[in-house]
Amino acid sequence: MSLFGFHYRLERKAIGLTLAIILVASIGGLVEIAPLFTIHQTVEDAPDMRVYTPLELAGRNIYIREGCYACHSQMIRTLRDEVDRYGPYSLAVESKYDHPMLWGSKRTGPDLARIGEKYSDQWHVAHMNNPRDVVPVSVMPAYGWLLTTELRTDDLGLHLKAMRRVGVPYTDDMIANAAVDAYAQSNPDSPLADGVTKRYGKATTLRAFDGQPGRLTEMDAMVAYLQVLGRLTDAATKSTARAEAGQ
Amino acid sequence: MIAQLTLTERQHAIMISAAVAVLGALMILVGQDDAMSIHGVLVFVASAIMIFRIGGSYYAPLPSDDRLAHYYDDPSKVGIVLSMIWVVVGLAVGDWVAWQLVNPDLTFGPGWSSFGRLRPVHTTSVIFGFGGNALIATSFYVLQRTSRARLPDQVSPWFVLYGYNLFCLLAVTGYLMGVTQSKEYAEPEWYNDFWLVVVWVTYFVIYLRTLARRKEPHIYVSNWYYMAFILVVAILHIVNNLAVPISLGHTKSYSAFSGVQDAMTQWWYGHNAVAFFLTAGFLGMMYYFLPMRAGRPIYSYRMSIISFWGITFFYMWAGSHHLHYTALPQWVQTLGMTFSLMLLIPSWASAGNVLLTLNGAWDKVRDDATLRFMMVAGVFYGLTTFEGSFMAIRTVNSLSHYTDWTVGHVHAGALGWVAMITFGSIYASVPWLWKRQQMYSPKLVEAHFWLALAGTVIYVFAMWNSGIVQGLMWRTYTESGTLAYSFVDTLVAMHPYYIARAVGGLLFLIGGCIGAYNIWKTIRISGAAAEQASDVPQPAVVGAGTLQPAE
Repeated sequence: MSLFGFHYRLERKAIGLTLAIILVASIGGLVEIAPLFTIHQTVEDAPDMRVYTPLELAGRNIYIREGCYACHSQMIRTLRDEVDRYGPYSLAVESKYDHPMLWGSKRTGPDLARIGEKYSDQWHVAHMNNPRDVVPVSVMPAYGWLLTTELRTDDLGLHLKAMRRVGVPYTDDMIANAAVDAYAQSNPDSPLADGVTKRYGKATTLRAFDGQPGRLTEMDAMVAYLQVLGRLTDAATKSTARAEAGQ
Repeated sequence: MIAQLTLTERQHAIMISAAVAVLGALMILVGQDDAMSIHGVLVFVASAIMIFRIGGSYYAPLPSDDRLAHYYDDPSKVGIVLSMIWVVVGLAVGDWVAWQLVNPDLTFGPGWSSFGRLRPVHTTSVIFGFGGNALIATSFYVLQRTSRARLPDQVSPWFVLYGYNLFCLLAVTGYLMGVTQSKEYAEPEWYNDFWLVVVWVTYFVIYLRTLARRKEPHIYVSNWYYMAFILVVAILHIVNNLAVPISLGHTKSYSAFSGVQDAMTQWWYGHNAVAFFLTAGFLGMMYYFLPMRAGRPIYSYRMSIISFWGITFFYMWAGSHHLHYTALPQWVQTLGMTFSLMLLIPSWASAGNVLLTLNGAWDKVRDDATLRFMMVAGVFYGLTTFEGSFMAIRTVNSLSHYTDWTVGHVHAGALGWVAMITFGSIYASVPWLWKRQQMYSPKLVEAHFWLALAGTVIYVFAMWNSGIVQGLMWRTYTESGTLAYSFVDTLVAMHPYYIARAVGGLLFLIGGCIGAYNIWKTIRISGAAAEQASDVPQPAVVGAGTLQPAE
């Protein structure tokens, strides 16, 4: 009774009610979110994890711009059929450098967390150009104009700088050479190509992703991004192998 | 409208508009070769129009002091009109993208008209454009009457209303140009997010200032909900949108959070956008308009208290049920599921409270489509909250997640609950606001009701079917232990349901257009004969006017 009596008095005070709402509503978020930043086990260690190259980051931004996340998830759940269909389940560390994450909430199309290097560049270009050319019943929009749109690279350094500010370990060298590296990654024969390997590691893929070597298009960036999905670290494959060995 | 403003208020309005115009000019200057400059032009033109409109009537006769004896309803009137414009746009885009999933080539040229860019145009238009304007309009209306106090001034409500619509306009035009943060239901970029914070703080200050002037000792339950809606949306919005822009001249920013922390923050936001934008605010609406229209007091004061604090507390824990079986630590998933189940108690307390309020007024529900909109909203609220708790159970979620079942669930809530309670409240308040005896055509309200209900039911059934079929196909194994269906096989199975969904959406859209027409005609009816003098709403008069007795 006294509880309702208390409320009878509380609802006569605008400020009291305001403070009570803020207090009551804050608890859930504090308990669930704050510890994710402090508990170390939340994100696994992956010493081999590399950052996105400027070209891949530009591709990721096109993926965001076009709203691809509305239909494609990047999160393989710990369910048998998902592991069989898409590969080892996703680990938290794999999206450690994803600002924001693109886990998605709907699969109108398939999951893309491990799409990298499953299909050839040519397949991706044909598919983006008109999905129905390679998958007749697909309902995905066509993105042919990516192939003819030049990629904007002059502001890539700013992008890397902002990413560093939110915690991604880009070096000064990477920031200074962002535009050059974007060009070089899609022109493996260029003398600048060595710089990309030097800065981002030997595992970095250097190819004319859109099939047009001397030309840097949005399609280059998009395909470069798709081809690196699930391949920034092999922590997930290792952890699955370890689990299987344990059994 | 401007004739109602005093001279100082006209000056303030011009000064505020001028300040916004300067902001627009700055955006044009620093934005240069970025979409930022186009948005700068938009901001500049919008504020220039405001300056010209106020300036044009600057020397109009000043209002007399007896305006202070009446509630200030002009912002509510404009809010309702804007809300109806947004709903027609939002539903049309929604149905368009639904047809794109039937035939993916329903696009025009590059970029802007593809599914990925249009989808947030749909969600923002209906949630923030339609829902948000309706909430602002009705909250001002309800706040004044339940406090027996006039809004504190005549400029800040306009700032909130027009500022908010500028936010929505920048958001949807941004998506078409590819400006998005990709966070679902929080897509607008950093500069627009800042702007919303300014508008939102002003909104809450109006609330506090009006409450401070109230002549009613108790704050009515509708206002608890409206206050929770404004406060919690502010908290969610600020935290989830923390980001670093690449420069002040670029629209693009990078979220402060990444990976698992970002996922949890996003769905803490996302689920509570449902809770505090799409539930709390509309419960506030329902707690006023339904008892008023039915002419019955709310069934239980104590159930109102229990459900209000239950919703405010439990909902904030539930977001992690969007992340079952993901890389989110299991203890957070379990907490999310547990609180989602407990949430059923306050949710059903609200739904029950509403339906029990109608005891003794069921004859009115039968005869009055406006009240029936509100009753059906209450039923869908109960159904959807039950379905939500059910889908938050881990094992159920393993089937439903990533499928159309989620889409069906959302639309059961959005069409069946949010849109229905809004249409009901708007149909109730339009005659009250414009001092008409009734809507221009009660028959068209009736037609709208049945179109809306049929559209919702078709939509939801189609999505239940497609979602469950797809979920089951994904996990079906052959006898030899391999997956039975490829992803493409499931696409073929979805096709008929996608057609059904688009048809359901079309019915709902036609209903919305009829509603907009009916409201427009009601506003335009001339003649003092239609005028109703009272400043306080009257319950529905059953059998009045053109209602046909069918029995």
